[in-house]
Amino acid sequence: MTAIAGQGGGRQGSAETLAPLLSIRGLTVRYGPITALDGLSLDVGAGQVISIVGPNGAGKSSLLAAIAGTVKPAGGQVTFKGQPTIGQPLEQTVRRGIALVPEGRHVLASLTVLENLRLGATIRRDTAEAAREIEGFFKTFPILGERRNKSAGRLSGGEQQMLVIARALLSKPTLLMLDEPSLGLAPKITDQIYAMLASIREAGVSILVVEQNAARALRVADRTYVLNGGIIRMSGTEAELSGNPDFEAAYFGLAPRGGAQ
Amino acid sequence: MIDPAQILIDAVSVGGLYALTALGIGLIFSVMRLANFAHAELVTVAAYMLFAFSGSPVAVAILVAIAAAVLLALATERIAFRPLRGADSATLLISSFAVSMFLQKLLVFLVGSRPKALDPLPALSRTVSIGSLQVSALKLVTIVVCLTLLAALTAFLKWTRFGLQMRASAENFTMSRLLGVRANAVIAIAFGLSGLLAAVVAVLFAAQSGFVQPRFGVQIVIIAFVATVIGGLGNLFGAAVGGFFVGVVTILLQAFLPAELRPFREAFLFVIVIAILLFRPQGLFPARNLKERV
Ligand SMILES: Nc1ncnc2c1ncn2[C@@H]1O[C@H](COP(=O)(O)OP(=O)(O)OP(=O)(O)O)[C@@H](O)[C@H]1O
Ligand SMILES: [Mg+2]
Repeated sequence: MTAIAGQGGGRQGSAETLAPLLSIRGLTVRYGPITALDGLSLDVGAGQVISIVGPNGAGKSSLLAAIAGTVKPAGGQVTFKGQPTIGQPLEQTVRRGIALVPEGRHVLASLTVLENLRLGATIRRDTAEAAREIEGFFKTFPILGERRNKSAGRLSGGEQQMLVIARALLSKPTLLMLDEPSLGLAPKITDQIYAMLASIREAGVSILVVEQNAARALRVADRTYVLNGGIIRMSGTEAELSGNPDFEAAYFGLAPRGGAQ
Repeated sequence: MIDPAQILIDAVSVGGLYALTALGIGLIFSVMRLANFAHAELVTVAAYMLFAFSGSPVAVAILVAIAAAVLLALATERIAFRPLRGADSATLLISSFAVSMFLQKLLVFLVGSRPKALDPLPALSRTVSIGSLQVSALKLVTIVVCLTLLAALTAFLKWTRFGLQMRASAENFTMSRLLGVRANAVIAIAFGLSGLLAAVVAVLFAAQSGFVQPRFGVQIVIIAFVATVIGGLGNLFGAAVGGFFVGVVTILLQAFLPAELRPFREAFLFVIVIAILLFRPQGLFPARNLKERV
């Protein structure tokens, strides 16, 4: 898995000519009568950062859930490293190299900070190396180091977010997916988290991030997709989208194809 | 003539068995939200194995009993409970009743409902004197075994990879699986451990009672359920404490109730349980998360 991750990073330069790391075609997710995603297609190339923006109820979390396997799509294909992922057991997701940091963080509150991180490395057999990485993380974030044996549920929201991102990274993912990592956090903490994402990217990990804060989403990503009413309304780079009136229209569902509101 | 030291030993040896049984039930509940009434038949089948192998060396009989209870636990999981994974807890509860009744009736069919006498630990049917105190060797061994198993289980949960996975799954199964915890492995280990605990309880309890019949496990499992509810469903520490608590109350009632009321000991126990639940509906140590999330 590590070797594949390394290759992914190395091929970054010629990503155009290769099959994308993650490829989604015609993905549809329904909850009873509600259609959350309606035939969505997008690609994430190796080493790329892709962001998804959209209002509440746009289908952003449903997209990540369908990729991760916590929701069974009603139709469409998800291909990761050339392999179809839909219908595989949930515990395979992280073994393939996909790590999800879900909406609402989900630290395991009954475990300590250290145990949360150990659990992040639970699929690995190089326990000693994982332990070194955990120590390294504690050096970078001394507040968490001091609380390593305290319940993770007692941490502040920002600390919990740092912890779940670190926990996800300990599985050595090829693709890191984050669902609104800055939700409910102070701007300073959000800056820290986005600085962390920048260094994760440096390490060659591809990132798919869902964000309601459009300015952030544009700045961090190689390409941003606007999702509304379960449909991609628009996509482009920061240069193409920021300040573009169509972008705002798409975001608020005023695009020609009609939106949620 | 009531000696407090004697009462303490009685209470801990009875409470220890309830605690181990409550833990066996609690392990399954914490990972699957299944209140497994069929735990009773794990105990019963292990006791019948002791009876069947009463001609063999004690160690052989005990190993066979453990193997039988572990295999039966794994089989019930695979055949009856795995297809229902994720079903609501009422469905799980009813199916565990069904498994329990099925196994009980099967035992009646196979071996009859008449009690069979057995003495799985003959070497312990003597007393040991500690100072001025005459103590049953069986009770002392029961206490030592229960405390050792509690410590071993705690160490397993606290210090091993699977123990960590099990605690994580107890809190949030979906998140744990996203981190790579294999649901089938964790649940199988929980069932295996519950079978092991059931077999140990069967050995000690059969040695105390001296006979086995198809409802052998039911008597102890009903009380252990009470213990898990008092302790707080889904909380293993609470289950163990609840087990000891019920043991202590039972023995105290036995010692201090007027002789004519003693047959109704259990009724008094349940009154105390209801009183506790009136004040603490979630039990003494409520579990942190009983709902699935993500
Ligand atoms: N488990 C569910 N059951 C029923 N409907 C659901 C479920 N999850 C999501 N939905 C519905 O599906 C649609 C898309 O929801 P989703 O959570 O994917 O949106 P989102 O873009 O992540 O929104 P938010 O920004 O509020 O997190 C919404 O209409 C939502 O109400
Ligand atoms: Mg969402």
